[in-house]
Amino acid sequence: MRHLLSAADLDLGEIGVILDLAEEMAQVLHRPVKKLPALRGRTAVNLFFEDSTRTRSSFEIAGKWLSADVINISAKGSSVSKGESLRDTVLTVAAMGVDALIIRHAASGAPWQAANWLAEQDLDVHVLNAGDGTHEHPTQALLDSFTLRRHFRTADPDLSDFGGRRIAIVGDVTHSRVARSNVALLTTLGADVTIVAPPTLLPSGVSTWPVTVSSDLDAVLPEMDAVMMLRVQRERMSGGYFPTPREYTVGYGLTRARLGLLRSGAAICHPGPMNRGLEISADAADAANSLILDQVAAGVAVRMSVLYELLGGDDADLPVGGRGGQTAGHHLPVGQSVPEGVGV
Amino acid sequence: MSGVLVTGAALLGGDQADLYVVDGRFADPSSADADVERVDAAGLIALPGLVDLHTHLREPGREDAETVETGTLAAARGGYTAVLAMANTKPVTDTGEAAEHVLELGRRHGACQVVPIGAVSKGLAGAELAELGLMARGAAGVRVFSDDGSCVADARLMRRALEYVRAFDGCIAQHAQDPALAGPDACCHEGEISGRLGLPGWPSAAEATIVARDVALAELTGSRVHVCHVSTAETVDVLRWAKGRGIDVTAEVTPHHLLLTTDEVTSYDPTYKVNPPLRPSEHVEAVREALADGTIDAVATDHAPHARHDKEHAFVDARPGMLGLETALAVVIEVMVRPGRLSWARVAEVMSITPGRIARLAGQGRPLSVGEPANFVLVDPTARAVVDRETSASLSRNNPWHGRELPDPVAATYWNGRATYRRGAA
Repeated sequence: MRHLLSAADLDLGEIGVILDLAEEMAQVLHRPVKKLPALRGRTAVNLFFEDSTRTRSSFEIAGKWLSADVINISAKGSSVSKGESLRDTVLTVAAMGVDALIIRHAASGAPWQAANWLAEQDLDVHVLNAGDGTHEHPTQALLDSFTLRRHFRTADPDLSDFGGRRIAIVGDVTHSRVARSNVALLTTLGADVTIVAPPTLLPSGVSTWPVTVSSDLDAVLPEMDAVMMLRVQRERMSGGYFPTPREYTVGYGLTRARLGLLRSGAAICHPGPMNRGLEISADAADAANSLILDQVAAGVAVRMSVLYELLGGDDADLPVGGRGGQTAGHHLPVGQSVPEGVGV
Repeated sequence: MSGVLVTGAALLGGDQADLYVVDGRFADPSSADADVERVDAAGLIALPGLVDLHTHLREPGREDAETVETGTLAAARGGYTAVLAMANTKPVTDTGEAAEHVLELGRRHGACQVVPIGAVSKGLAGAELAELGLMARGAAGVRVFSDDGSCVADARLMRRALEYVRAFDGCIAQHAQDPALAGPDACCHEGEISGRLGLPGWPSAAEATIVARDVALAELTGSRVHVCHVSTAETVDVLRWAKGRGIDVTAEVTPHHLLLTTDEVTSYDPTYKVNPPLRPSEHVEAVREALADGTIDAVATDHAPHARHDKEHAFVDARPGMLGLETALAVVIEVMVRPGRLSWARVAEVMSITPGRIARLAGQGRPLSVGEPANFVLVDPTARAVVDRETSASLSRNNPWHGRELPDPVAATYWNGRATYRRGAA
């Protein structure tokens, strides 16, 4: 894999490889010593043009547990006002000889532009989209599917894809990169996706998306195997998208009353951070079938998997016993962890 | 001056005739001396020099992106003998002195006539009228006023501007973009692609609603309104309705809105960021149809040079605009002449005669006949070439046609009898 820009670029096989490897990585997370030598000598830069402590930390931990050097560069503040172009910033960091740029940007498309500029310069740097504007957030979608797959497998251990599973994505789809990436990934996995939002928060052209669209959450919930609640951003509350937060909750919040509409075992997800009491009630967030903390835990394992897929070529420093005996064409680095004190 | 005899050109694509140029004007070819300089124009078409109603020359203020000299050189290469210079320079052309400064820059450095456009509002801020009368009655003789780049959104200010310029036969050229519907971040036609790419949408209604309001104001005030860069089918419908009522409205379309579609944006390449944005193909077809049937009166380039470092940002942050002067005629030939939707005589109308009339230019867009100013372009109707942005006369490189094969029509441009461009000449 050259870059991870869009969840839509992944086919069923690639998703399976990433999620399977993430399962292996997740085992490492339960060991007292978590560091693997797989990406020793590789350098990844968290190039964040927009603050995101959670996503940045998740990538940082994922990289470090694979023994990669992870450097955080906060490029927050408009480069337009600093007089440096986005291209300058990207090429400057890339020119330091790094192996991967993990890019977060408030503007849609920035990682694509970065990948194109790097290609023009023949710079062999992988680009990983850590969230671009209101466009995509592919690792979030991967960790959501990872979490859901585990959940579905508790009842159906042989489950391989999401064929026949019904999943609702509820809330501000227009401005949600999480929603776009999840629609792409979940539909590739075979799920039937329903989007629920007030019409003001449905993206233009949604009728061309491979989803069912509804503005009636009560009618949708009883049919669902999982429901993903989206965060309502502060700026939407004053943007005229809906009259009041109270009205939003009544129409589109996963309230205590609505919990009763869910089938037993239906999963509740939220990418965080939550507005408790607005789009999700405390009862829902903390319910037995809430997977919200599992999503956070899955973030590190999934990002380890993705980083390994991007950076762990045949010359990656694998522990003895890591090669062979595993899925063909795939080198699992988890056979052995680095003894304490040996890691970087 | 000894004069030049241009032989064998088809005038406006019709009959072949000789054009004898002496002292900047057309003279009777039979009066030419036997040893006069001759230019063989057999196989070429002579059109009146093109007039661009909508050029951004960037001088004064952003001479790193374009100057009057380089912008007008690009114009000459494109067959233009006059450009109207938009007011959104630094400083803004909103006083009599500022307009005269632009006029003077054109006289000193121009490879074509440079006609200042005055701002409608002070500093383009949309609040108070600029010195419309001083710009009109001073040496610059401004007739076209525009806040282009910004919409005159306030209906009362628009009404006052329309009324006020009636005293000197002025015209308000509106950048139609309701800021409440398409704000400063709006950068992609609102539709399937903007929703998929997560780019802030620019709905077609944000243009059509302003045009609908403005034609009503033109009717109310009995004044002249001109609609810049029409980009949507809805606007075309409003224009048809208004013209049917006899309202004094004119409109222009850009070459890029005649050919390029929203699909270009899917690469997130800011070269294709322009305001108003590229629209889907049904809108492109609507503006072609409107240009063919006269609902849209003119082609104007919206030539908008930008320094690389103002373009190489994230799509939403990059400056909008693209180059257009050198390729405008090529695009019109490609999408309108070759498919038989415009004759050469109609090309002369929409790219020279009508723009000259809208801007009230005495010496532009005139017939190619004895006594008239010798402003004309010799057009090779068959040549084609791949556009290379590196060979542009413009200082900027935001050329959306780079790498595309298009007609390569301009063989020579003459401004007041002087060759300002000759293909192959150094």
